[in-house]
Amino acid sequence: MRDILNATVSRRGVLGAGMAGASLLAMPSILRAQEKSLKVGVYGGYFKDSFDKNIFPEFTKATGIAVESIAEPTGEAWLVQLEQAARAGQAPADVSMMSQVAMLKGQATELWAPLDMGKIKNGENLIERFVNKYPDGRVAGIGAVAWYITLVTNTAVYEQAPESWAAFWDPANADKLGLLALVSNSFLLEVTAKTFLGGTSVLDTEEGILKAFDKLAEVKPNVALWYRDEAQFEQALKSGEIPMGQYYHDVTGLAAADGHPVRSTFPKEGGIQDSGCWALSRASQKVDEAHVFIDYMSQPAIQAVLSRKVGTAPTVRRDLLDLTDAEFAAVSSDIEPIIPRYDMYQTKSDWLNQKWTELIVG
Amino acid sequence: MRREAPQRLADYGPLLFPAGMLIVFFVIPFATMIAVSFFQRDPAGFYSTAFVFDNYARFLSLFFGKVLGFSLFLAVTVAICCVVIAVPFTYLLSRARRRTQVLWLVALLSVLSLSEVIIGFAWSTLFSRTAGITNLLVAIGLMSEPVALNPSFGAVLTAMVYQALPYTVLVLYPALVRLDPTLTEAARTLGASPVKSFFTVVVPALRNTIVATLIMVFIFALGSYLLPQILGRPQHWTLSVLITDQAIYQSNMPFASAMAVFLVLVTLGLVALTLIAGRKGEAA
Repeated sequence: MRDILNATVSRRGVLGAGMAGASLLAMPSILRAQEKSLKVGVYGGYFKDSFDKNIFPEFTKATGIAVESIAEPTGEAWLVQLEQAARAGQAPADVSMMSQVAMLKGQATELWAPLDMGKIKNGENLIERFVNKYPDGRVAGIGAVAWYITLVTNTAVYEQAPESWAAFWDPANADKLGLLALVSNSFLLEVTAKTFLGGTSVLDTEEGILKAFDKLAEVKPNVALWYRDEAQFEQALKSGEIPMGQYYHDVTGLAAADGHPVRSTFPKEGGIQDSGCWALSRASQKVDEAHVFIDYMSQPAIQAVLSRKVGTAPTVRRDLLDLTDAEFAAVSSDIEPIIPRYDMYQTKSDWLNQKWTELIVG
Repeated sequence: MRREAPQRLADYGPLLFPAGMLIVFFVIPFATMIAVSFFQRDPAGFYSTAFVFDNYARFLSLFFGKVLGFSLFLAVTVAICCVVIAVPFTYLLSRARRRTQVLWLVALLSVLSLSEVIIGFAWSTLFSRTAGITNLLVAIGLMSEPVALNPSFGAVLTAMVYQALPYTVLVLYPALVRLDPTLTEAARTLGASPVKSFFTVVVPALRNTIVATLIMVFIFALGSYLLPQILGRPQHWTLSVLITDQAIYQSNMPFASAMAVFLVLVTLGLVALTLIAGRKGEAA
């Protein structure tokens, strides 16, 4: 057993050495050694492309700090990589955009370097819930972007937009729904609680959660696809193959603008609002640059640019923004959102996952 | 061609490279996985070094038993379908003209160049209601309206057989080409029909090859996790899908490792059973 344990340590050593080697080989960072620079992790694909195009060049112009953007995988894979690298004293990215559950899990291992709000003047623009804090009050992360998951339909199949999440439970919609496959990214327990059980506070207790599971089980016959891969559902929604489901508000809006017969509806119970935080790895050496970056990103003007160009909902108060009503509606809504119970996914994640898997697979 | 047993230590030299690769890329990762499967899961974070059986205990439940059972059933079904299709096909191919053989083999090899993702999405389009093959059946009047053929077990099975068939043919091909044609000629001379000689002469002569191919396709199919997700309902998800969920989405490496170790053990057990049964059958 001892040998096996040692093997793990050496594997980590190899990982660390590999990363050290990789960063040595990354020529640009050597060439720019004289300048200030920052490695920023953003979700790969659309997000990274948009940030590379619309945000980072302006940031470098304004501050003189060069940004090397790193494509990070969604889910918790990036958290695992950051954590393992930090144990080896490495930071594959200094600042990363992290999901709320990943923020909480990173807090548990002190992965996030506490942020000094004194250096982030624009922090006071933020809506309160977008400041992510350690239990003792230190700031672990600052809201980067927010987005909504809403009720989406194919307009050719559904002439009338549904008004409530209850449409998922309608027996008339048998085999018509595409829903996210994981308990931790679909947030359907919260939707069930808000729609049928009087609010997400019912999820405080395990009994309440089980009640929500029971109600949610009634949706199963209506589901044609439990998707992990977004492209799979988006394609099926556009073609009408799977004409209803939950999906991202902004992406659906873009698809509709491209002429596809799709629409996104904020149900009367509210859309699901999820968000990402900027968080700084404790292994990062670029603490000052990171604060400058986070401060820059929290300006109302930059948040407005993000809403217009990237399609994210702003994390700063609406009255500070110069967004028109139409621009605001394209990314957000004044209907009180359903805020996921992230705490639940941190403290009960294995139990929830087990129940959820049994619910949909069983 | 007689091979001499290695005489000196230096004769083992050529083994060093493959052995090194095996150790670095198989033995060490596998040992790490076994070690991690005994580690303590920390739901709030990652895992800590320990020696606990919790991860295995969680797996030993009716629920995971059913998922494991389905995965094995699916892999066995894929293996049988592939062999049933590939043996007659490869037999005919090996008797065909050289040019025909080359064309078919090139076509099969090109299927191998397709990734699992492309195969999955292509079949999901072919099986869809809006653009799929049922539209053709409607056009020629065989059906009244197009239907969606996925998600379903049939869709998963079709795509997996499609994916594994080229491997099956390529494994069977050398053995069938080498098969002595005088065997079937003798059977024909003695009055057996082509079909009868195929089943009474060709198939028994290839017994070991067929068993080896079955095992290879079975193991190949057991690792599939993308096709069941794209084309199946949740009850058609294999254990590999749940392992991925745990490893990637729940960052529960110890439990994912325990499931993977269990899957490997069950697989090895089944393969051993098959080989033992095969040997007994041979002796009888």
